[in-house]
Amino acid sequence: MKLTKLLTTAALALGLATGAMAQDTLKVGFVYVGPVGDGGWTYEHDKARQAVEAEFGDKVETVFVESVPEGPDAERVMTQMALDGAKLIFTTSFGFMDPTINVAAKFPDVKFEHATGYKRADNVSTYSARFYEGRAIQGHIAGKMTESNIIGYIGSYPIPEVIRGINSAFIHARKVNPDVQFKIVWAYTWFDPAKEADAAKVLIEQGADVILQHTDSTAPLAAAAEAGNIIGFGQASDMSEYADGPRVSSIIDNWAPYYIDRVKAVMDGTWTSTDTWDGIGPGMVGIGEITDRVPAEVKAEALALKEAIAKGEYHPFTGPLNKQDGSVWLADGEVADDGTLLGMDFYVEGIEGTIPN
Amino acid sequence: MLKLERRPQPSKAWVWLAPVVAVIATMIAGGALFAMLGKDPLVAIRTIFWDPLFSEFAFFYRPQLLVKGAPLILIAIGLSLGFRAGIWNIGAEGQYIVGALTGAGVGLAFYPLEGWFVFPLMVMAGALGGWAWAMIPAVLKVKFGTNEILVSLMLVYVAEQLLASMSLGLMKNPEGFGFPGSRNLQQYPSAHNAELIAGSGMHWGVVAAMIAVIFAYIMLTRHILGFHIRLTGEAPRAARFAGVNPGRLVLICLGLAGALAGLAGMFEVSGPAGRVSIDFNVGYGFTAIIVAFLGRLHPLGIALAGLLMALTYIGGEIAQSRLGVPAAAIQMFQGMLLFFLLAVDVMTNYRLRLTRREVA
Repeated sequence: MKLTKLLTTAALALGLATGAMAQDTLKVGFVYVGPVGDGGWTYEHDKARQAVEAEFGDKVETVFVESVPEGPDAERVMTQMALDGAKLIFTTSFGFMDPTINVAAKFPDVKFEHATGYKRADNVSTYSARFYEGRAIQGHIAGKMTESNIIGYIGSYPIPEVIRGINSAFIHARKVNPDVQFKIVWAYTWFDPAKEADAAKVLIEQGADVILQHTDSTAPLAAAAEAGNIIGFGQASDMSEYADGPRVSSIIDNWAPYYIDRVKAVMDGTWTSTDTWDGIGPGMVGIGEITDRVPAEVKAEALALKEAIAKGEYHPFTGPLNKQDGSVWLADGEVADDGTLLGMDFYVEGIEGTIPN
Repeated sequence: MLKLERRPQPSKAWVWLAPVVAVIATMIAGGALFAMLGKDPLVAIRTIFWDPLFSEFAFFYRPQLLVKGAPLILIAIGLSLGFRAGIWNIGAEGQYIVGALTGAGVGLAFYPLEGWFVFPLMVMAGALGGWAWAMIPAVLKVKFGTNEILVSLMLVYVAEQLLASMSLGLMKNPEGFGFPGSRNLQQYPSAHNAELIAGSGMHWGVVAAMIAVIFAYIMLTRHILGFHIRLTGEAPRAARFAGVNPGRLVLICLGLAGALAGLAGMFEVSGPAGRVSIDFNVGYGFTAIIVAFLGRLHPLGIALAGLLMALTYIGGEIAQSRLGVPAAAIQMFQGMLLFFLLAVDVMTNYRLRLTRREVA
């Protein structure tokens, strides 16, 4: 294709022109789906970007564009970063998958890192976090803490990532409390404070006294604080501003170690296309401080669970586990394989309701 | 003392001067905003307005202007017809979504069959889908006198839910490992709305936008329908005497706007975007309202306004990445454009007069 050639020539020309500079400074681009101030998903990616700057100082220059719509706009933003000399580009949303692959094909010398996707190329790596490990600990605390035995769950979209979280939380809540019920509301958004607050209020009205969320804003925690006597968890970031109120712990996305690692690999020339799915062990998933509202003994159990998962001694999806329809999914002691987990489109036994589609 | 005095006739000069003054005022106020954020205002303005057109990488950005501008122009042309006649279709975003769904649906139904007829069928399905979605507020208005502003706007949210449902269910890529979103039509040659000349940005949507501009121009100046539209907007009573059927006009204006918005969605989903996904729509239907007014509801004006709007998007992204200007500042900058236009528009219908203070 003619454009490909043009782009490559231009990139090459630029590479030659700024070659002297490029030896000292690595330009790293970040494409964000939301605003850096969302307090959740994008906020954590941007914190990791700042960590990269802090780590490498003058040796890196980072650039970012926020609130980029998925689709052709994302493709243009990535191309523009590559044209401006970025040698490594992190694209931090599932919807950036095809655009990343398209742009990567035009810039073979630029490395791309795509979050949460499944398409890779020689210069495209993917990475994601095993958030379901954090959900297990969350489910444990929720099951112990609930008095109404109703746990509300705000889902974003019914995709494998979210369903995995619901299943993991449910399994571990049921383990410690056989009477526990999950009420699930789909918000059909990742970030919309108004909708999230409404969802939380509906769940609280239905008797839920624990609210779990897979959406990024602090609105559900604010709604919980307002209702009183309700607990919740920080999502994506620590949300510690609610630590004196409803927030008893949190699941934190910690991308910094991975980003620093990958930037270093590009600097050293050791970067290769990889598929990373890390959890609590390597530190990609963090568990925010468990507050005093949680009894000491529950806290100790939760921390022990965290420890076991981190060390790889325990997998949150360990049999015996049945699917919702009662059919056997995992036999006693059997551990779920990553393929099934990645494409998970079913509830485990005990969860009521159907997955919408 | 300054006084606003109504002009007997709208000023011809100000009709065309207002957008230019608005753009200049936006540059000044926007520059001040960027300065307050600690960025060099001149560099920021240059990055937004100049660099995409004339910098080193203009060869990439110029075609992107067409890609970004075409759907805006296509939708705005349709909207402007209704707006001229006082028919307020605010739901182009929904018609855009439905057009994309029906267009992509036809394409996906034929997958993986290759044939020359697939794409033309998709075009027809896209136009029909948008048309049908716009017919809901149109028929409700004609039959029951409902307010088309509310109905068309509410249908946007219905369309968004439909889009989410399609991405997660019926149109989900069977080879997508359970992830939402359809197959990528870019990888299905018969359904792919590819660039006509590689690297030019010209896809069928751009061609359609050009045709729409020309047709709208001819219709408004030469055709009886255009005359009726203008007459209804400017003198509704006279229009009734001239035998204009207001119900028919509602159906035609909303139908045309819906069909064009549907086409825009269809060309987008089969070309630049490639796939049906939950977040497929990015607000073209709403931005097109700004474009229609910025272009004075005139086809040629709309073409220019659409390109200008596209320029602020593309330049805005460059400014974000190169200068670290926050996205919110860019959105404010775009909002100022409409704000100043509406403000300056006062001059079209009023003039400033210096009057001597009268003794009480």
